Amino acid sequence: MNNLEIKVCMGTGGIAAGGTDVLSAFDSALKERSIPAELQMGCSMHKVGCRGLCAKDVLVDVLIDDSRTTYQYIKPEMVQRIVDEHIVGGNPVSEWLVKEDYHNFHEKQIKVVLSDCGNIDPEDINSYISVGGYKATEKVFATMKPEDVIAEIKKSGLRGRGGAGFPTGVKWEACRGVQPNLQMGQKYIICNADEGDPGAFMDRAVIEGNPHAVIEGMVIGAYAIGASKGYVYIRAEYPLAVERLKLAIAAARERRFIGKNILDSGFDFDIKIKLGAGAFVCGEETALIASIEGQRGMPRAKPPFPVYQGLWGKPTVINNVETLANIPYIIVKGADWFSSYGTEKSKGTKVFALTGKVKNTGLIEVPMGITLKEIIYDIGGGIENDKKLKAVQTGGPSGGCITPDMLDINVDYESLAKVGSIVGSGGMIVLDEDDCMVNVAKYFLSFTQAESCGKCVPCRIGTKRLLEILNRITKGKGKEDDIELLLKLGSDVKSASLCGLGQTAPNPVLSTIKYFREEYEAHLQGKCPAKVCRDLLTYSIIEEFCKGCGACLRACPAGAITGEKKQPHKIAPEICVKCGACFDVCKFKAVGRE
Amino acid sequence: MEKTLQKLAKDFRENEGNIISLLQETQEAFGYIPEEAVYFFSRELDIPASRFFGVSTFYAQFYLKPRGKNIITACCGTACHVKGAERLINGAKRELSLTDENNTTNDNKFTLEQVACVGACSIAPVVIINKKVYGKMSADKLTKEIKTLRQDSNE
Ligand SMILES: Cc1cc2nc3c(=O)[nH]c(=O)nc-3n(C[C@H](O)[C@H](O)[C@H](O)COP(=O)(O)O)c2cc1C
Ligand code: FES
Repeated sequence: MNNLEIKVCMGTGGIAAGGTDVLSAFDSALKERSIPAELQMGCSMHKVGCRGLCAKDVLVDVLIDDSRTTYQYIKPEMVQRIVDEHIVGGNPVSEWLVKEDYHNFHEKQIKVVLSDCGNIDPEDINSYISVGGYKATEKVFATMKPEDVIAEIKKSGLRGRGGAGFPTGVKWEACRGVQPNLQMGQKYIICNADEGDPGAFMDRAVIEGNPHAVIEGMVIGAYAIGASKGYVYIRAEYPLAVERLKLAIAAARERRFIGKNILDSGFDFDIKIKLGAGAFVCGEETALIASIEGQRGMPRAKPPFPVYQGLWGKPTVINNVETLANIPYIIVKGADWFSSYGTEKSKGTKVFALTGKVKNTGLIEVPMGITLKEIIYDIGGGIENDKKLKAVQTGGPSGGCITPDMLDINVDYESLAKVGSIVGSGGMIVLDEDDCMVNVAKYFLSFTQAESCGKCVPCRIGTKRLLEILNRITKGKGKEDDIELLLKLGSDVKSASLCGLGQTAPNPVLSTIKYFREEYEAHLQGKCPAKVCRDLLTYSIIEEFCKGCGACLRACPAGAITGEKKQPHKIAPEICVKCGACFDVCKFKAVGRE
Repeated sequence: MEKTLQKLAKDFRENEGNIISLLQETQEAFGYIPEEAVYFFSRELDIPASRFFGVSTFYAQFYLKPRGKNIITACCGTACHVKGAERLINGAKRELSLTDENNTTNDNKFTLEQVACVGACSIAPVVIINKKVYGKMSADKLTKEIKTLRQDSNE
């Protein structure tokens, strides 16, 4: 053995599972005197970013002379045995290895943006360079004019990954075309890393796993449009991503990939980080601009579009993290290679955050046009606990749901739009029979209602009224014509709101009514079929199962449960606050829910 | 306090002069945004106080009241929601005797916050306790963590 490499998954998920301790356990185990010196010499240890399957963290790769073995669910106390048996002894610890599902999870994926995530050390620029990083920047400055870059990106068919799917090359071309003398020279490029969709984490994982690809995308974009300054607008809720991005920007500056006179080309460009302050609407481009300028993040009417009048009134291109991270790969491998993936109108791959009730939750990258069935069953491994699939929600608070009978649908911009959902930024949440669709709609609406900036009336008041109606429906106090009212009001809010937030906020409601109208009707009858909506449930104890252990009595916050030890207990319905604590603690399934 | 504020105001003048950054730095220094600080900046920088209040009430990140010593942030993003975040939050509220309006305990030992998605959805439900991320949380585990913290701060 000449070369030993240990890679520990240390994205937010990996660290939460104890990645830091695992890494230091390897460090101390390998420094033991009993380990042969040449092994210690040839050994390197790396933190790597997310490789998608955070549910199996901590994932550890052991590479011996480039042959890779992957372990799952590793804890610090397991490290010694891996070192003794595998690294020193040569026999991998077979029961801790990743299983078939790990390989199935990866098999149907095609990784472009994520190709280096989980493989390279995001805190070390050399690690990125060693896999071909910054080759694209070098190529652009050595051989391409800005127009060539734009032509290549246009040809690739890349469309914005932030939600709207606008062709990136067209956007760049428009910005390049703005006469510099009219605009006093300055242009800006902004990377949108606000990632507001609650339940999506693609951009976080890309920045945590490969921040340099985003920087490279920005440099190339800046060169193409003629911008000298760039901003990354990133959520403060992502401290690790911010930290790694800061490190990466400093390292890139030191190597002169950004800064003054980049690679002796005479082109200047530098990047600043702006921390978001917690407002979903700031993901919208005009609101984001207002926020960078230090104001309340309220959107304004378009046109003028930011490419003509953006940050401080100057021409500005705003691109999503994933859009930008695609750029270096397109430049190096060519537009034709990129457009060989995907469908006619949706080229390339898309990263999705697959979450909810699937077996393998995590980050996936798939070619556009893959069927939903392949995503849920082949990659996701099917529904958790073998329950029944009820719906897949895509596009978060702006999106809609897809029902099990539509599983053969191709996942691309056009096909999803046709059934009333969207690709969106890439959140994909799987719901099973235990989820109440009215509750899900109410959840999204309470999110958009709270995040509505209040500037325009349809959104500010419309979302509030919609939410009130949903609230009374889930409390069993719905009125007969409430469903019609939701439909009417929803379509009004959509057509009259100022920005994308209001224009899409009713989508989750409209789409759940379209496909799950019977659930709404059941609520109007005072029943929640999925047994989720608290006010429509009653709790009682099933005497024949109750062992009288007293667990529920202790857990009840309202003191509604009485009973002697070893005797069946009772719940007093007039005191019960329906919190479900007794249901959760009962080990004997003796608490009934109706 | 005066000194810190002076320094922040000086940075503000010398740099781009961004109110959000100024408030972020103020909060970093004091843990919240004291009212005195706003009036100080308003006088010093000749910017109406209403603009500071406007910005600080717009963004969820800013606090105008001091927060507890231990910060518990429960994620209520979609993935966490469908995996039972509401139960966790209700459990923690009960344990800490908090209400919807009041999210800091009377002894100022705990603040319970909610955010929409911390980006760790695949290990939902997620709770962050004093900046450490805990995945696959249960109401039981959370109550235990709170009890431990309470004990620690009593010692
Ligand atoms: C309410 C709202 C929230 C948005 N949030 C985001 C976001 O978090 N991240 C993002 O990249 N784009 C977001 N967008 C889309 C942006 O406005 C913009 O279209 C996008 O950043 C453009 O980049 P792209 O062309 O690379 O997709 C949001 C739009 C709206 C209306
Ligand atoms: S929804 Fe909780 S971490 Fe994303």
